Amino acid sequence: MASDLALDSARSVARSAREPGSGICFEDVTVAYKGTVVLERFSLTVAPGEIMAIIGPSGSGKTTALRAVAGFVRPVSGRIQIGERDVTDLPPYERDLGMVVQNYALFPHMRVDENVAFGLRARKEADTTVYGRVQECLRMVGMLNYARRYPRELSGGQQQRVAIARALAIRPRVLLLDEPLSALDAQIRRSMLDELARLHRELPALTVLYVTHDQTEALTLADRIAIMRDGRLVATGRSHALYRLPTNRFAAEFLGRANLLTVRREATSGAGSASDGVFARVRFGDVSLLARSAEGVSAGDECLLCIRPHDIGLQRPPAPVNALVGTVQSVVWQGDLHNVTLDLGADLGADLRGDLAGDRGDSILRLVSLPLREPPQPGDRLEVFFAPEDAVLIPAEAAHA
Amino acid sequence: MHSPAPKAASATLARPVDLTTLWIAPPLLVLGGLFFYPLVLILGQSLGSDGSALSLRFYAQVLATPLFQGALLHTIVIAVASSVGCLTLGFVMALVLSFVPFPGARGIARLIDTFIALPTFLVALAFTFIYGSAGLLNMSLMATFHLPLPPIDFLYSPWGVILAEITVYTPFVMRPLLASFSLIEPAQIEVASSLGAGPWRIIRQIILPAAIPALLAGGSLCLLLTVNEFGIVLFIGAKGVITLPLLVYDKAIQEFDYTTACVIAMVNIALSLSLYSLYRLVVARFGGRNAGLV
Repeated sequence: MASDLALDSARSVARSAREPGSGICFEDVTVAYKGTVVLERFSLTVAPGEIMAIIGPSGSGKTTALRAVAGFVRPVSGRIQIGERDVTDLPPYERDLGMVVQNYALFPHMRVDENVAFGLRARKEADTTVYGRVQECLRMVGMLNYARRYPRELSGGQQQRVAIARALAIRPRVLLLDEPLSALDAQIRRSMLDELARLHRELPALTVLYVTHDQTEALTLADRIAIMRDGRLVATGRSHALYRLPTNRFAAEFLGRANLLTVRREATSGAGSASDGVFARVRFGDVSLLARSAEGVSAGDECLLCIRPHDIGLQRPPAPVNALVGTVQSVVWQGDLHNVTLDLGADLGADLRGDLAGDRGDSILRLVSLPLREPPQPGDRLEVFFAPEDAVLIPAEAAHA
Repeated sequence: MHSPAPKAASATLARPVDLTTLWIAPPLLVLGGLFFYPLVLILGQSLGSDGSALSLRFYAQVLATPLFQGALLHTIVIAVASSVGCLTLGFVMALVLSFVPFPGARGIARLIDTFIALPTFLVALAFTFIYGSAGLLNMSLMATFHLPLPPIDFLYSPWGVILAEITVYTPFVMRPLLASFSLIEPAQIEVASSLGAGPWRIIRQIILPAAIPALLAGGSLCLLLTVNEFGIVLFIGAKGVITLPLLVYDKAIQEFDYTTACVIAMVNIALSLSLYSLYRLVVARFGGRNAGLV
């Protein structure tokens, strides 16, 4: 019953949003505070109706990028477009955006319904419109029963729902979310993540720019992810592709956990091509491995081989292509999985061991597996396997970027 | 049910005299000697304690005189007008200092704060130097335009007093206002503007409601201080503007009419005390979480 109502109200909000949405376009945007460049020649296009997550460590410029869209910081150069409109020089209140911030920022002296009505009142909507829209949006986030409460009487999760309703009430084409879940505890965060995904299914034309430092949130929610570091865009791509085939070391390590092995592409091209990419043969010490090739990696080059911990198996497949042998360092049980760390160092050729000493790679291989009935013991010798499709080469230049 | 009470009573009786309570005695003595005793004397004088029976007949007499009524009216009008002026000016200045980023804003806020430390008559003196009939402004205007009389002549009217009091007491409003503004989450203002609210709507609907406790507290403090203001009125308004404190001074020092002076003083005290109660009430009612700042 309640969910029917929620769906109804979502549809009526969605109806208006069904008109073509507005994308966001950053064109060479540079932002500086007191001479310090915090966003450098940032270009990114968010398609209408898309959820784009911007992730990066703190100080990477991701929030600045969002604030530039909102109009709270003015770029020193470059343009920002929302839909067809160049908003670079518009004040925030003329940009028609919804915005949700980390600490909710509800207006403390207004009741929940007054908070949600705020944007509509600012737009001088008629009372009946305001009333209807407030009901609709509160129902959509499941907060209709709290309409007469004050923000201080709500929990963090409830406050964030109200903040979302407040942002959606003005039927924005673009919704900016600035770390919206980071003030919530883990359990509520997960349910809010589902909630946000549901909302976007119901408002498919809504373009969402989602800034977070949490890769799980980004991977769960976003169609595409932009990774930032030191004020620059480091990598961007569809979430799945970016996770599976990171284009540089930072992207590989920031988005999920990754093993990065220093390898050398073999000169003799033993490479084959498959339906979904080109493979290249590389040498890791004395071991020959097969992995997805990448642009910028030529025969004879030193590069990195990226393999996700969960793509490494302990079971010998019928026709193993890539196998590595190492000494078990640690086995940590985590309830629903086992974390195993292997030291590959002892089994490498002498030449690579020298390289590793030079801090250029890592002889440690981490893998996760479903809980093992008989987990290996530290000190055990273990052979592990991975498919060539799961391993991707990353150019060495990018490793130093 | 009743047993604990007698027990407690006997325990109190049995307890040896607590010497630490004696520490209260010196401050009480000082307070009594320097404050309450004179107060009682004034009260007695106003009620006609010199031989005759105590009565309110002097109150009836004094309160009926046009001089007293005029002074009371002046006192209230000047106090209210100054407080309103302080609140308006203080709000605007605090708004600019808090929300319009410009270099030196902090320094200016500090400077305004030091105003509180200055004696009030200093401003009055400065005003006479600048706006007085022989002041800078009038002299230069007369010299420039060859005027026979000083053109600016507001200083010795209630306006002059009000202006001087606004200058002196605005910092008392600004302090709590700056404190309450600093508690407003910047994100609230940003979200409001992204929702389409322009600066005026943000001031009206976000900043002003947050500032109400500070405005009430600062305003009632201003009212209290301006009702009792003496120095400024003496310096500037002496010629035409008579307020209650000034009337007390006139009656007591210049006419030696102590009884009338005491009656007026008692009225002034009653006015002050009720304003002070209002101030405490406001602070307790609205200022709970900001109480320390006010």
